[in-house]
Formats: sequence, structure tokens, C-alpha cells
Amino acid sequence: MTTDNAPLPAKRPSLLRRIDPAIATAFGCIVLLLLIGSVYSSNFLSPEYLLQQLKVASFLGIIATGMMIVVLMGQIDLSVPWVVTVGAMMSAAAASYGVVGETLAIPFGILCGVALGLVSGFGVAYLRIPSMIVTLAVNAVAQGLMVVYTGGFSPQDTATFAMRFLATGTTILGIPNALIVWAITGALVIFLLSRTIFGRAVYAIGNRERAAYLSGVATQRIVLLAFAISGGLSAFGGVLLAGYASKAAQSMGDAYLLPAIAAVVLGGTSILGGRGNYIGTVAGVILITLLQSILAVMQIAEFGRQIIYGAVIIAMLLLYGRERLQR
Amino acid sequence: MNDWRYRFAEQRGTLLALLIFLVMFVIYVSNHPAGFTANVVQTAANKGVLLAFVAMAQTFVVLTAGIDLSVGMVFILCNCLASYLVVGSPSTTALGLFAVLATGLVCGAINGLVVVFGRLQPIVVTIATGAIYFGLALLLRPNPGSTANFNSDLADALTGKLPGGIPASLVALFVVVLIIWVPFRRSVIGRAAYAVGSSETAAYMSGMPTRSAKLVAYALSGLLGAIGGLFLTFFTYSGEASLANGNTYTLFSIAAVVLGGVSLFGGKGSAIGAIFGALAFRTIGDLLFVFDLDPLWQPLFQGVVLLLAICLGSARLFQVKNRLDLFA
Amino acid sequence: MDDVVPLFRMEGISKRYGGVKALENASLTVQAARVHAILGENGAGKSTLIKIMSGVVAPDAGRMLLEGQSVQFANPAAANAAGIVCIFQELSLIPDLTVADNIVVSNPPTRFGMIDRRAQRRIAEEALARAGGEDIHPMALVKDLPLSRRQIIEIAKALARKPRLLILDEATSALTAADVSKVFDVLRRLRAEGLALLFISHRMHEIAEIADDCTIFRNGRNVATYRAGSKTDNEVVELMIGREYSHVFPPKKPLPPSDQPPVLDVRNLSWTQRLKDVSLTARAGEVVGLGGLDGQGQRELLLALFGVLRGASGEVLIDGKPTRIGSPRVAKSRKIGMALIPEDRKTEGLMLPMSVRDNLSFAALGNLSHAGVVDQRAERAAVDEMIRLLAIRTDGIDVPAGSLSGGNQQKLVIAKWLMVSPRIILLNDPTRGIDVGTKEEIYALLRKLADSGAAIVLYSTEYDELVGLCDRVIVLYDGAIKRTLVGSEITERALIGSALNIATDDREPGAKPVVEA
Repeated sequence: MTTDNAPLPAKRPSLLRRIDPAIATAFGCIVLLLLIGSVYSSNFLSPEYLLQQLKVASFLGIIATGMMIVVLMGQIDLSVPWVVTVGAMMSAAAASYGVVGETLAIPFGILCGVALGLVSGFGVAYLRIPSMIVTLAVNAVAQGLMVVYTGGFSPQDTATFAMRFLATGTTILGIPNALIVWAITGALVIFLLSRTIFGRAVYAIGNRERAAYLSGVATQRIVLLAFAISGGLSAFGGVLLAGYASKAAQSMGDAYLLPAIAAVVLGGTSILGGRGNYIGTVAGVILITLLQSILAVMQIAEFGRQIIYGAVIIAMLLLYGRERLQR
Repeated sequence: MNDWRYRFAEQRGTLLALLIFLVMFVIYVSNHPAGFTANVVQTAANKGVLLAFVAMAQTFVVLTAGIDLSVGMVFILCNCLASYLVVGSPSTTALGLFAVLATGLVCGAINGLVVVFGRLQPIVVTIATGAIYFGLALLLRPNPGSTANFNSDLADALTGKLPGGIPASLVALFVVVLIIWVPFRRSVIGRAAYAVGSSETAAYMSGMPTRSAKLVAYALSGLLGAIGGLFLTFFTYSGEASLANGNTYTLFSIAAVVLGGVSLFGGKGSAIGAIFGALAFRTIGDLLFVFDLDPLWQPLFQGVVLLLAICLGSARLFQVKNRLDLFA
Repeated sequence: MDDVVPLFRMEGISKRYGGVKALENASLTVQAARVHAILGENGAGKSTLIKIMSGVVAPDAGRMLLEGQSVQFANPAAANAAGIVCIFQELSLIPDLTVADNIVVSNPPTRFGMIDRRAQRRIAEEALARAGGEDIHPMALVKDLPLSRRQIIEIAKALARKPRLLILDEATSALTAADVSKVFDVLRRLRAEGLALLFISHRMHEIAEIADDCTIFRNGRNVATYRAGSKTDNEVVELMIGREYSHVFPPKKPLPPSDQPPVLDVRNLSWTQRLKDVSLTARAGEVVGLGGLDGQGQRELLLALFGVLRGASGEVLIDGKPTRIGSPRVAKSRKIGMALIPEDRKTEGLMLPMSVRDNLSFAALGNLSHAGVVDQRAERAAVDEMIRLLAIRTDGIDVPAGSLSGGNQQKLVIAKWLMVSPRIILLNDPTRGIDVGTKEEIYALLRKLADSGAAIVLYSTEYDELVGLCDRVIVLYDGAIKRTLVGSEITERALIGSALNIATDDREPGAKPVVEA
């Protein structure tokens, strides 16, 4: 706190001031996990293993990016599981429509996600329904649509070459394409959040929607747009996952909701909105991916993963995400 | 005094849910190939009762303007637990039942403690604890399975027919309402739970026990989830840690609560409404079946019904005159 | 009346909030079976007094005596137990519960651990009958009842606690005349039953009608206690004014006559029950004040002009052209050029955890960006200029707005809106809770803005600001304009007189039919 008459103190180094303790913790945990892993297996610190982990992390990274934008506004997107699946199935479906379908497969899959995101966004922004409820319902509708479309079985459509290339290929220096895609997505989102009116408005809405509205910002449009972006990114994640596995499968998105939320929260983004840094989300995604990998190496079954996710989210929330005491 | 007008207004949501249910059920039964027989009713009741318990569980929390996304997982966890513990002689069975119910109560209480004393948002807390409860269920039942000396006599008794063709599960539901919901509704704590959901500040300023009210609501939610889990075990004789099942029940419990006239903004509604909401939602889902429509359409149909029900709840927005009130 | 032990007495009570003195060495004596009215202008210390009496806040110094016994209240419940019950201005009813539920809320009757609904019904009916609300059904939901009925329920709820001293804080402000007379019948009956009643109201005629004793507060002190009816309205106003101020205001400049239409011309603006046919104009270079007691529709007027309120009727002309303003976004558009400095800087003006830079440029980002991308150099330059212009004291532009002092936060809100170069500036009590130095800077700034051609509409709860700053003051009462004061007519006496809706001898108020040349 500065008092009115205090002289301006010397500028502190801005880098030190800007580092969020949550992000520092997340990076610290990553180092710790790598050390623990290297005790188990010497492969753990090899470039091949690390690149493989980053490649796997890319899919979660893209999905968590959308989640982060929504969480920054103090909302949440629970439609991730089936929007991911919609993206995967619809892009694979488009692929079976000749050359045109093949070229448009990726944008079509993303567009389906955007459409679902618009429905959620409309409910949140204009009907002012709590986001967790609208997105749950949209998730149910998306599931229903896919069940009708596929007849309840995993579709036989296969991913296009482009999808497989993006998800599994490598280009220069053996860097996985998926990682490059994530890096580009991340760079775009960093630009969006820090340099555009939209980004400022997202943070402002998360901090105090009332003040943002009174500042003459079209808050409802921003919310709508943010959910559309989140839907699009979830679907894009699904497109890549379809490329990774060569095809789409029922409930392939189920495994991504919890890790996406965990990654965002672990990265220091406040679940109440308004505070968070994309670098934190990157750290969160890598942390979650390493954790999964180590649990797999240590042969801890799915149950352990679930319990650890839950416990870690709660612990991080208790550390960083508490609401202010009632006045 | 025209008490009846107010009694009616108080129960309007519940009565509407009852009406929807009755209409749906009449359509269902009259188109059912077998018609209105005790067996048709029993099957319908057994399916509906499961969701009814979970919807009741959700109601407790929603009344306080919270939400419990772990309710489906408590349901699954208790199902897995019951598949081990409801075994053997009457005394060991009783012990098992007690342990299952206590587990549910503890799960709910943990949610409540973290929400109240951790001052965290119910939604993320229950997503996270839900993962933990599901993990425990997986630990218990990595693969679906049952125990050899499972007490199937009790299971059959509670899922069969009583003399006169009345489904036993409906009677069980009625008893649960009578010994859990009615006392809650009439207690000081229960009233405080409604007050917290309606206006937490006003409740606090009026000196109501807001914290204990929330704690009790979450704990009872866990208990009801456990009862649901027990009944799932009675129907299947086995336990299965199914993620899809848990998520579906959580989602459907919200749908049932909304259909049952319980306000998602808290303070309004009743568990009885939620029960009718659950029965109605189940029947709506099964309508497709009797009309010979492809059952593949069922999830989509249920999703759309849920989405529409939620959107109807936002009608109150159009009465807001000061737009700043939208951002409260 | 002085030789019996009074029911309640407080002596030497002082209370500070931070650096602000709310009460200083105040005392008050309340007798049983009498209605005691408290008078005082905004901020005289009335509400702090009540909060201390009812156990909401603890005094810094002084003592309270109940029937001669020294008492201390740790919380409202303790005060209730001692028989002191307060009906607060902001309603504390729970909307989704029934009337009966609300009346017994703090202490419901129980049988076997359950709430005894029959007993509850009986208590509620009794309390409602005593409060004059026999027509209210105990099973009705509070949210379905109009405000006036809710006020009756508040009284019934208070009576169910068996008070000996009942405090009514502006309890009649939401009521119609018919309802008020009903409430007064109730109060008279309660007085006859031996209750002591402490009555706070801004309506002088109500005080004249019901009060037995009156005490006037000024600057946190009781300045006079007298028998009701023993002082004229003028004497009362005389005692209420004279708040100590030492502010320096910039000189006003007379506005040259102009044939231009006013920048802002509002005609017959109405909104629900809160605004009634309000018409006002503001010309470029003019500072128009909104006066009156707090809560007479001033905030709603500003919000309505800024496009926040739905369903407002009437006409708004900008530069003489009819214009529809449907949202703050439209209001701030270049064509209209309106800015609103909102009431609460912490929740409406700023995003406290965000940086000074982000806050300052937020409203003006449209002008500082190309195709939605913020031009950081232009932003930085504009932000730096504003910080210099308003002399905002901040540790750089990347610190959170919340780390600034209150006065600097308020400057931030004003600066944020100056960045859009507004032509019409609406201000909602912009100097509330900030230090004297910053206040004076803001006064000078407002005058400078007016001189450079902005039209300013200023609502202030401090009368000296209206006197010192405004070229014209419109006094609102109950959502309608009671009087317009121009130039030298703007005096504290005239402001308070018209705010209280009573006649003072400097002029007859516009409310009453007056024969005048």
C-alpha cells in the first residue's frame, strides 16, 4: 500500500514481481517429478522421452487453453468431453466426402466445436444460466448427437492425412508437429489475452463484470466469443486426437475434462476468474502429463490417478483459490 | 383464511412435476405393449427410484444455492462398497448397510467441510472430490463384479413386489422421504438451508446457523447418494466402477431437480418435487421406447429436454429493470 | 421526566472509522412510552449511533445504561436479548421464506426438535396484528409482497422479539402516505403499551406528527434536544447546518448566454417508482448539481441517463437531437460522449487486482487500438499523460489499482473516463471517503473540465460541494424534482430546506403552491 504522501519507491525488478507463486510452484513440481522419474528410469531425462511427453501434452495443452480462457472469466466449461469427441468424429466423418471433405475435415471439426461453444455462450451471456449447468447440458446434447450419428459404435471413418500429419508427424530436428501446433496456438492465445481488447475484457469480466459493463464494454458478446473459442479449441484437440489414433472413438474425450481443469488450476489461474497467466497453464499441462507418465511407470492404476487429480486440485485451490471472507 | 391458495403456491413446482410425470406415465403405459400391469409398474419404479434418490441428494445441496457434481460418484462408490459389504447373515448385512450409509455421509460431509471452511466454490470442489470418490470405487472394483455370499434375499425383498402388487422400492423411497426429508424440512437447520439459498447475507444477518445448514445439506446429500448406491446394488447384485454411469447420474440429477421445480439459484423447491422430476425424466426417456423409435435417439432427446428445462428457468431475467442487478 | 431513571441512556460515545470521526462524545437519553426522533443531515452520525445501540458495532469510548445498569453488546443478539431491537433500512428479510418463517426467524418455536408450525403461525399472527398487518397472510412468500408490506413484516418481526426499545431507521421511507398513517397508529399503540421508540426519518411532517422528543445531530455530536413542536422548522434547519468544512473551491465563471441547444436535455424521465417525470438540462461549461437526501432517486437518474436501466420512459436529447441510450457502450460512443463516474469505485469503477495501466485504458481501448489490437505505445503515452495530468500517485503503471490509496483510486476512475474525452460527465458522489487534499484537486479538475466545454452533472451527498461547485442545483425528493436552485440561491440552508421538503424563509419551495411575481 502506498500512502498519499510517500515518495515513489525505487522500481522493483518487474520480473521478480510478476512471477506468480503458483506458477513457480508448478515449475518446481515439474523439476521434482523429473528427478523422481530419473530415479526410476534413466530414460526419463533423455530428449526422446521428453519430446514424447511434450507431444502427448500438446493435446491436453490445446484443450486446456480453451478451458483457461473460460476460467479467466470466472466461468467453467464442462462440455469438454463430448465437444472433444464431436471434433474428432466430425472431422473424421468429413474425411469420407472425397477431396473436398478431406481438405475441409479439420476446419469442419473445429467449426462444430465452435457451434456448440456458441450455444453454451449464449446460455451464459444472454440467459445468464450458470456456466457449469449450460455446459453440462450442451455436453449431454453433444453426446446425444454423436450417439445418433454413430449408432452407438465407434465410427469407421479414418482420420485424414493432414490430421495424422499434425498429430503424429515430425518436421525439423525431430520436433513433433503436435508440439508445434500447440506452440502456435499458445502464442496466438498469449497475443489474444495480452494485446487485444478481447483479452483485456476477458480479465476485466473475470475480475468485476459490473465494472466492465459500466466501462461500456459489450460484456455479453465477449462471453459468447470466449465460449465459442473454448468450444473450437476443445474440438481442435479432438481433431488432433483422432489424427493420433487414426480414428475417433466413443467417449474419447472423457479423459480430458479433469486434467484440463487441473492443469488450469495448477497453473495458478484463479477459478474465480480475473487472474492467470498462460505460462502457468503450460506448466500445469506439462505437470499433469508428467504425473500421468510417472504413475504409469510406477504402475499405479487408474484409481490412483483419479485420487491424485482430485487431491491435487483441492490442495491447490486451498492454497490459492479461496474466496475472500464474508464482509 | 384462504390457506389453500398459499399451500398450493408453495407446492406449485412439485405439483407441476407430478402432473408432468402423470401425463408422461399415462402416455407411456397406454402405449406399452403389455399395458398397465404390476410388472410394468415395478420395472418403471425400480428404474425411477434410483434416479429419485440421486435427485433427492442433489436437492439438498441445490437448495443452498450450491451444486454437487460428485453425487453420481458417491452413488457409484457406495454401489461398489455395497457389493462387498451387504453379505451374509442379517447381522453382518446390517453392519454392511450401516457402513455403506456412513461412507456416503462422510463423503458428503467432506464436500461440505471443504466448501464451508475452505471457502471454495462448490462446483470445483465436488468435481475434485468426485474424482477421488471415483478413484476409490475403481480401487474397490477394478472390474465389475460381485461377492459370492451377497445377501440377495434382502435385495429381492426391496426390489420386488409387496402384497397388492405395490413395488417395494417405491415404499422404500417413501420411507426415506418420511425419515430424512420431512424432518429436515421442518427443522431449524432445514429452514436455514433454504434461507442460505435464498439470501445468504439476510440469513447471516438474521442470526441463522448458515454454516451448519450447509454442512448438513452436503452430508445428507452424501447419505442419499449412498442409499441410491445401495439400491443399484440390490438391482444388479454387483458393483461396477463405471465413470459413464456416475457422470450420467450426476447430470440426470440436475435435470430431475430442474424439472421438479427446485430453483438452481437456491431457496426454492422440495425433494418431493425432485422425486417426481426424476420419475418424469425417466419416463420421458422411455417414451421413445414405447413409440418404437430408435433407442439411439434417447440420449439426444434427454439432453434437449434438459437444455430446454434450464433455459425456461431463466425467464425471470426479463423482470430485471436495473441491468446492474444482472451482475450481482 | 428527568427524575425517573430513563429506560436507556448513552454518554460520551465516540466512534472512528479509520481517520473519519463518525461520533464524538455523543449522548442520548430515551424514555419509556415516548417516541424520540433523531434528526441530522447526511453523515451527521445517526446511523453509527443506531449501530452502536443495537450491537452491530462497538463504540471506541463512552458507556450505555439500560435502566441505570451499565450494558455492553457484543453482537445484535445480545442487544435483542436486552430488549433493544432495530429495524434497519436495508431489509433483512429472506425472500423465499414465508411471512411467518421470517417473523420467527431468529428464534422459531420448536416441539420435539422440529419447528412447531402451529405455534409459529400463532406468534406470526399476533405479531402481524400488533404491527398493523392483519391483512398479510402468514403463509405468503415475502418476495411476492410489495415493499410497503415487507416493511410491516419487519416491524412484526421486531415485535416478535419482545422489544422494550424499538429503533426504526427510515422505516417509513418506502411507504405511501396511507401506509405511513397505519404504521403511526401502530407506533402510538406501542407507545401506549410502554415501549420506547427511536424514530429516524427525513420527513419533517412525519416527525412533527409522531415524535414526543427530538434530538438533532451534527458532526457526530448531539447539538440539541427539545420537546417536539417547541422549535420552528427554521430553527431546526439552523441547528442542522453548520457542518465544519474547510474546502477551497475554484471560482465559478458565469456562463455566457448561448443559442446552442444544451448538450444534455432530459425530458420527463420516469422509471418504476423511483424516478418521476424528471426534466433537466446541462449546457457545455455548466456544472449541474443533484441535491437532496441520500436515496431520493439521484443514483437511478444517473444510471438511467447512462443506459443501465431498463424500461425508463421519457426523452433524452443530445445536442438537441432525440437519442436513445440503451447501454453504457452506446453512452460512451463518440456521438454521445458520455461518462459515468460510478458510486462505488471498488466494485463499479475499477478492477482492483488489475494494473493501473489496464484500468486507465480500459474504457478507451477502442480509441487506442487498431482492429482490436491494442497499440501499446499509444496506450502507454495516454496513460502516462493522465497520470501526470491528475497527479496520480502510483508506484508505476504495472501495480494493481488496489494498492493505491482511496483518493488516488478515485482519481484513477475519473482519469479512466477522461481518456475517452467525454462531453457529458456524470458523477455519483465522487469524493466520498477520500482525503481533503484529493477532494480539492478533484474540485479544481471538475471546474477545469467545465471551462473546457464539458457538461457536468454531479451528485454529491455533501452540501458544501453543491454550494461550492455547481452553477445550478436540482433538488430531488422521492424521485421527483422539488426545486431548482440557481447561482446565489444555492445555499446550504436552501439545500437542506428543500431536501427535507419543508419551507424555509429564504424562498418558498417549489413544492407548495406559491403566489409569486
